[in-house]
Amino acid sequence: MLRYVALRLLQGILVIFLVSVATFVIMHLAPGNPVDIMVGEAQVTQEQIDAIMRKWGFDRPLHEQYLTWLSNIVRGDFGQSVIRTGTPVSQMLQEAAPATVQLNILALSLAVMIAIPAGIFAATKRNSPFDFATMIGSTLGVALPNYWVGLMLIILFSLNLGWLPPFGATTWQGYVLPVAVLALGEMAVLARMSRGATMEVLNQDYVTTARAKGLTGRAVLVRHVVRNALLPVVTMLGYRLAFVLSGTIVVETIFAWPGIGRLFIDSVYRLDYQVVQAIVLVLSTLVVVGNLLTDLTYAYIDPRIRIR
Amino acid sequence: MATRQQALSTTAPLALNAAGRDQTTRRSRGWRRFRRYRPGLVGLAFIGLLLLVAIFAPLIAPYSPTEVATRLRGDPPSAAYVLGNDAVGRDILSRLIYGTRVALMVGLGATAIAVTIGVTVGATAGYFGGWVDAALSRLVDTLMAFPTLALLITLAAVLGPSLITVIVAIGTTVWASYARVVRADMLSLRERDYVLAARAAGARDGRIIFGHMLPNVLGPIVVLGSLSVGSIIILESALSFLGLGIQPPNPSWGGMLSDGRAYIRQFPHIAVAPGVLITVTVLAFNLIGDGLRDALDPRQRE
Repeated sequence: MLRYVALRLLQGILVIFLVSVATFVIMHLAPGNPVDIMVGEAQVTQEQIDAIMRKWGFDRPLHEQYLTWLSNIVRGDFGQSVIRTGTPVSQMLQEAAPATVQLNILALSLAVMIAIPAGIFAATKRNSPFDFATMIGSTLGVALPNYWVGLMLIILFSLNLGWLPPFGATTWQGYVLPVAVLALGEMAVLARMSRGATMEVLNQDYVTTARAKGLTGRAVLVRHVVRNALLPVVTMLGYRLAFVLSGTIVVETIFAWPGIGRLFIDSVYRLDYQVVQAIVLVLSTLVVVGNLLTDLTYAYIDPRIRIR
Repeated sequence: MATRQQALSTTAPLALNAAGRDQTTRRSRGWRRFRRYRPGLVGLAFIGLLLLVAIFAPLIAPYSPTEVATRLRGDPPSAAYVLGNDAVGRDILSRLIYGTRVALMVGLGATAIAVTIGVTVGATAGYFGGWVDAALSRLVDTLMAFPTLALLITLAAVLGPSLITVIVAIGTTVWASYARVVRADMLSLRERDYVLAARAAGARDGRIIFGHMLPNVLGPIVVLGSLSVGSIIILESALSFLGLGIQPPNPSWGGMLSDGRAYIRQFPHIAVAPGVLITVTVLAFNLIGDGLRDALDPRQRE
């Protein structure tokens, strides 16, 4: 186990390093130099431009810029936003993070609480009306673009009925629509997965044995089926992180949610290199760490994984 | 069932003459299985229709997709303009019809790129193993670490949004899952007797990979590919929705939704139809994928 943990940790660190290189390279594919974008329409002298160049290190070779950037990041310093008059990027991230974390935790909990029981129940009542409804719902849910669902809910609940505000995170009503939209896509995936996992377990010999020795349907379900079916589903949650974070970008943009996703889109529109870089790096690192923890949890619970 | 099929497929290539016949019967058996899944047929019919619409868009569209009619700004659906007009007075139905071209071009084009890269990388990693596998696998891990949409948005912003950018950016971003599937299959196929036999007969690596091994991995790739067209269409429309995909005034479903969002208070009807069409199209591709999975991928069958 220790060997496995060490190996996976090393791989994780290597991947994070590669992610940082990729991010840095992508941002420097941009045509035009950041100073021009930063200065914009303002009248500036050559001396001012030179000063900016020196201050941000744009005059040094790429690999040196990267090393400076990386060594700062390792110390928790993401540099300063060129466009937004020198606000530290880490400060912007810290201000935006809580809103995103809240939104995602609420949405994921909602999805888990509804979709997993629904999927398990659908599997035990195979081909029942409930099973069909669940499957149709999740098939449709996967196909629905979340930003469109968001728009339709705004039209219905905010503009026509006037029940909920179309955006903002200041009141509890403001949470309802973004949480619902973000939860919807995950629900579709989770319900399908937990239905599949449950059906697989239901076909196992030990379930037949449990039934044969006279356990009631409920006892078999709780003690043998659900516990075994939940394992792959719950660990799968860890691998969904990348998708959830993609969803949060769109949902935050639609509902003007003051989180990382909106900060990201804002910074993309302004070509604010430092911020875009930092956010892509932070999100990807989160995904790597999430996947790593999932792998390790899985290996801890299920020893078969360790032996490769 | 699964083991019997595998046994069949490993012994069949031994008889040289029977190999061709075996392929055609397998194909028709696949079609028979696919046909049994009704929703898959419905999906196929819808996509076929959509292809016709895309090809014959100029003949079908009642109006020009870009012609501006200021007096019709934001008009709701009427007899002459079945789905109404958008915020500058363009016919929504005609824009939807032309938008079909973008959706299918991006969906199919990006999938083709992703399959090509993913299969090549996966086959190389799985066949050669060792450090080649380790290096390529870390590359795949790295790609998978990025939230896809964040990476796409960054690429589109940096490279400048256009149809080609969108196709290439999506294609070069979503190939990792193909690589993983193909790698795993190649790892297990590598040890099969027929591969050893081909190697012993002096076949080159390329010939073994492409001629002998890849045909046995095609099923899962086709299934994965058909399932991913839908998600690629969603990604494209998300990019266009955010203003980083197809640029106005060119019609795209995501771009139309973006207009719909901008005028959501005054003209809420603009945002309805494009979303319905995206959903139905994605649904159709997913149903085809489900049908293909039933037909081609015995391991996944319930």
